[in-house]
Amino acid sequence: MSAVQKKELQELTSRDYQYGFVTDIETDVAPRGLNEDVIRLISSKKNEPEWLLAWRLKAYRHWLTMEEPRWQNAHYGPIDYQDIIYYAAIKPKTAGPKSLSEVDPEVVAMFNKLGISLAEQERLSGIAVDAIVDSVSVGTTFKNKLAEVGVIFCSFSEAVQEHPDLVKKYLGSVVPYTDNYFATLNSAVFTDGSFCFIPRGVRCPMELSTYFRINQADTGQFERTLIIAEDDAYVSYLEGCTAPMRDKNQLHAAVVELVALERAQIKYSTVQNWYPGNKDGKGGIYNFVTKRGKCAGANSKISWTQVETGSAITWKYPSVILKGDNSVGEFYSVALTNNRQQADTGTKMIHIGKNTRSTILSKGISAGHGQNTYRGLVKILKSATGARNHTQCDSLLLGSECGAHTFPYIDVGNPTAQVEHEATTSKIGEDQLFYCRQRGLPVEDAASMIVNGFCREVFKELPMEFAVEAQKLLSVSMEGSVG
Amino acid sequence: MMLQIRNLRASVGGKEILRGLDLDVRAGEVHAIMGPNGSGKSTLAQVLAGRETYDVTGEVLYEGRNLLVMSPEQRAVEGVFLAFQYPVEIPGVGNLYFIRTALNMMRKQRGLEELDAMDFLALAKERMKLVEMDQSFMNRTVNGGFSGGETKRNEILQMAVLEPKLAILDETDSGLDIDALRIVASGVNALRSKERALVVITHYQRLLNYIVPDRVHVMANGRIVRSGDKHLALELEKNGYADFEQDTAGGAFSLVGAMS
Repeated sequence: MSAVQKKELQELTSRDYQYGFVTDIETDVAPRGLNEDVIRLISSKKNEPEWLLAWRLKAYRHWLTMEEPRWQNAHYGPIDYQDIIYYAAIKPKTAGPKSLSEVDPEVVAMFNKLGISLAEQERLSGIAVDAIVDSVSVGTTFKNKLAEVGVIFCSFSEAVQEHPDLVKKYLGSVVPYTDNYFATLNSAVFTDGSFCFIPRGVRCPMELSTYFRINQADTGQFERTLIIAEDDAYVSYLEGCTAPMRDKNQLHAAVVELVALERAQIKYSTVQNWYPGNKDGKGGIYNFVTKRGKCAGANSKISWTQVETGSAITWKYPSVILKGDNSVGEFYSVALTNNRQQADTGTKMIHIGKNTRSTILSKGISAGHGQNTYRGLVKILKSATGARNHTQCDSLLLGSECGAHTFPYIDVGNPTAQVEHEATTSKIGEDQLFYCRQRGLPVEDAASMIVNGFCREVFKELPMEFAVEAQKLLSVSMEGSVG
Repeated sequence: MMLQIRNLRASVGGKEILRGLDLDVRAGEVHAIMGPNGSGKSTLAQVLAGRETYDVTGEVLYEGRNLLVMSPEQRAVEGVFLAFQYPVEIPGVGNLYFIRTALNMMRKQRGLEELDAMDFLALAKERMKLVEMDQSFMNRTVNGGFSGGETKRNEILQMAVLEPKLAILDETDSGLDIDALRIVASGVNALRSKERALVVITHYQRLLNYIVPDRVHVMANGRIVRSGDKHLALELEKNGYADFEQDTAGGAFSLVGAMS
């Protein structure tokens, strides 16, 4: 690499995380640390029924017996669970029921700054938003309009109050409270999240989305999302997230559960842009998330699409349990790691029903000192006659100090199954860059164009607004460590 | 003078490939650079376009300005175009999108308004006729699954859209059958103008039957060892490059049989 090119790249790498601001809002926080009293406090703040508190405590007691897993291909120091604040809620300025017009103007301003509108009259985007700051939902748009067709879209806390039977029926049905260390911790201390219920035969008339924002220092965010699509229902759900820049790592341990009944379809898209830490790896979010969908009914379909550009460490495997016959699971992923970021991500496709099909398409991009791991499991149970899977994992390296790793696990218990796995690793070509530059494109534009081309197959799975966003985000996050 | 090259030297990994090359090119002229494999023709093209893998010394003035200090993209914006010998594939990037992005980047740098999708499409369609490309090209990715002939036509299409002042064609004829050669050459001829200079690098005289040069230069061992008019090319066709063998230091390569 020439001196000029190096200099350009250095300038690029110094580009800042643009969502790193802190909003000064009066916040109600629980005492630091974790014990049964803190869990009781969270539960009582949320006015929860007895069964839910009991469930939380069961999870907490189970968590105490577990050990933090260390098998992932990511390295970080010990997490002090007693030094985290488990509940932080923005203090409402007005008492009584929350309506959108009563949302604190400071909160509205914060979301405007993030490019998210909480005003329903701005119908242009046609997306309903549940906005979550730290531990609580601050507002959900288009609730009434969705209710007209029977769609329930609200914060998890509200669902517990208004639809306790549904919550009780499905909570933990896909990710049990004993599932894994971070899911169990989440089950004990989760504070809010989104709840969606699409009744039988309804095609949700707009995209539903949740925007997660961590604002308060030293808090962890433990949200819980539950989406249920009854027979023949359809929903497309989007998730976005950002956090302020802080020197200390913050833990984000969420759980997402999806349930698709007969012929139902759930499309779940994520653009994850948590603060990744600075270029030396100081600060940033630990994004340790459990996401799982269950194709419970025959002919149902669940698609996960994720664009992961943020977080110091991303560790998650959005998975599908293909229980219903002929059900379909899809996983489309772009994961980018730059500077000192680490990602260990992929999926699990568990084939149980007959003629179940799954597709995995993973695109990993590593730049700077980033380490990017694809880890995926394709498990075909004995019952899954005629199951099929196709997996493709492509890695792109920008520079020579980053790494790409692929760990595919394939476990086939039925001889009629067809499983295909393809993997490629390539380095962004000097030839490609030079070709673009000879046509007048500056280095960073050239690199961004090449990387976007590499990700195209995944981006086309995203809803239009998100695809544009994802492309922009990728260009910013890449910080051009090309060479 | 559009291009003035004095004592140009280029080496890679300590190995000198260009060894003191001089060349003058005026606007409106077509110069053919011929020579055996390994004589440094492609290196000259790459160095002029700004490839950073070479250590370069000497002087190159482009419209009176020092070309060697400019980045590749700056050179492109200033009107230097290289038709690549082996155009590289860029998966997932649409061919027309790529060309439009390049054109608009240059227009922006030159203080012109960017072309919107409709205007660009009209322009591209018109220029595609020059190289007899059909609509199916529009939907393909950059050089993705192109045949050898198609990549070369695509290079000339880009040249036709970007309208450079100085175009360097690096072995644009290699790998072309006679029909493709005719199409590419007629495209290039359509782009000849008083304001534009062309440097056509070729191994074979064949291309020069279609693109008739004003000057012909023979390169051997990193230098231009002989210059003349178009008759020089015909002479080379008859005698091969063997005559220049004695000019090469050490005679490290054999040229006999290189011509067919």
